[in-house]
Amino acid sequence: MTLEAEELHKVAHLARLTLEPEAVKDYAQALSNILDLVDEMQAIDTDQVQPMAHPLDATQRLRIDEVTETVDPEYLQAGAPATEKGLYLVPRVVE
Amino acid sequence: MQWEAVIGLEVHVQLATESKIFSGASTRFGAEPNTQACVIDLGMPGVLPVLNEKAVEMAVQFGLAVNANIPQRSYFERKNYFYPDLPKGYQTSQMAEPIVGPGYLDIPLEEGSKRVRIHHAHLEEDAGKSLHEDFHGMTGVDLNRAGTPLLEIVSEPEMNSAKEAVAYLKGIHSIVTYLGISDGNMAEGSLRCDANVSVRPKGQKELGTRCEIKNVNSFRFVEKAINHEIERQIELIEDGGRVVQETRLYDPDLDETRSMRTKEEANDYRYFPCPDLLPVELDTAYIQHLKEGLPELPDQKRQRFTEQLGLSDYDAGVLSASRALADYFDRVTEICGDAKLAANWVTGELSAQLNRDSLDLQQAPVAPEQLAGLLKRLLDDTINGKAAKQVFAALWAGEGHTADDIIEAKGLKQVTDTGAIEAIIDDVLAQNQAQVDQYKAAEADKRGKMIGFFVGQVMKASKGTANPQTVNQLLKDKLG
Repeated sequence: MTLEAEELHKVAHLARLTLEPEAVKDYAQALSNILDLVDEMQAIDTDQVQPMAHPLDATQRLRIDEVTETVDPEYLQAGAPATEKGLYLVPRVVE
Repeated sequence: MQWEAVIGLEVHVQLATESKIFSGASTRFGAEPNTQACVIDLGMPGVLPVLNEKAVEMAVQFGLAVNANIPQRSYFERKNYFYPDLPKGYQTSQMAEPIVGPGYLDIPLEEGSKRVRIHHAHLEEDAGKSLHEDFHGMTGVDLNRAGTPLLEIVSEPEMNSAKEAVAYLKGIHSIVTYLGISDGNMAEGSLRCDANVSVRPKGQKELGTRCEIKNVNSFRFVEKAINHEIERQIELIEDGGRVVQETRLYDPDLDETRSMRTKEEANDYRYFPCPDLLPVELDTAYIQHLKEGLPELPDQKRQRFTEQLGLSDYDAGVLSASRALADYFDRVTEICGDAKLAANWVTGELSAQLNRDSLDLQQAPVAPEQLAGLLKRLLDDTINGKAAKQVFAALWAGEGHTADDIIEAKGLKQVTDTGAIEAIIDDVLAQNQAQVDQYKAAEADKRGKMIGFFVGQVMKASKGTANPQTVNQLLKDKLG
């Protein structure tokens, strides 16, 4: 299966990645190779196989519902480019 | 052309846990910004989520309450999208195997009850909040809400009017508050609703193109927003246009919906199993244990009220809608022994007074024991209906602690002594000879109405204390 340039741009947009125009061809080829591999795997009959959600043969442990974390917002916000009144500031998001 | 609306609701219920769904940070509402967003909620490198057992328990309780299948196994997936209030770049949610499978809810409508199927309910984490005003052209982000446990309940598109949608939403609201798994406070966002609305020509099987309305945070707005959207779509199609699948935002000030963004395709979220969380397995003993611990639910109460207590469907629906109201009614009935009378007073006088004074039931100045005391005096004929309303008003105003005190103090005891009533009747008839003559000359079928005049005069003369049934009977005897 070959990935078309249009699809590549769409996937890059969803992942918020910038594609250099000269890299498009290589990416398309590399991703197409992966899809080919998936296609090859599709040939295996998996009717009797339960889908695997996780490679570990274990189940989720649960936590008691208690407040155990203390939060120091100043420390956590030290790495943020901009804050004000306790809020993180980001470029305006227009809805 | 006759149109039919088709509505499906996605209801997000904030679960009333102490801590977040995957971290030990507090979920308390109203804290200073970002003081309750810990490293896990912020998606810092190297942290791992651990699932909150209470969130699982609450989700299962809800599932059991809506007769849903609870699969023994479910797992979490990542829903990928970028938005500043989603620090990790994905929302941990469920899709392929949610914690609650298909169930249903019977909703009471004026024309009878209707079954609305629930497609599934899944656990997920809430996002933070974006604040768009006042930051020199920037957006402020508060991540306190990030990681708060949500149960998203997805209905089948089976409702056909805004009224049905509201009845369904109220049903969900009453179940989650009965179970105590959410405070159900819509103003604070504990219960949020997105509505998928489409229209189609009546009789057509195929669904029309739907729009999703977001931002509807009260029962009243849900009804208005849906009605508005139905009208908009019908007008659009009738004018030769076409509905575009999109997300619309309801503006209560303008009472209109407006386009927000065209809906991304579902698979653009690129769901995949979350490698940080293992599958959740629930054994049958655990589910059985929770099932046995369920309180009496709205539907069961409604059924008990109609079948065992003989209430009308309508009264049973009103009384079972909130657990507090149902408990109040049960208590009054238990003491006074007459369910129908108790229902009339709780849905009538009590609810009207609460409305008038804008009070919640919890703030009512008349306790169920006090109301029951009053109803007992009505039942044993100590007072009549009119006096009972006076006594109730006095109890409400705090003029006495028990109905008996007030009846005594105000001299409201009913006169049942026929001799005393007869004397009053004789006076009234003597003073209204003209009406007496008219009554006697009238046809039998007209008399029923005319006797009301005399009853009124007698009641007035007795200052409302005469027993109306006795008055009626004696009047009929005397007038022949």
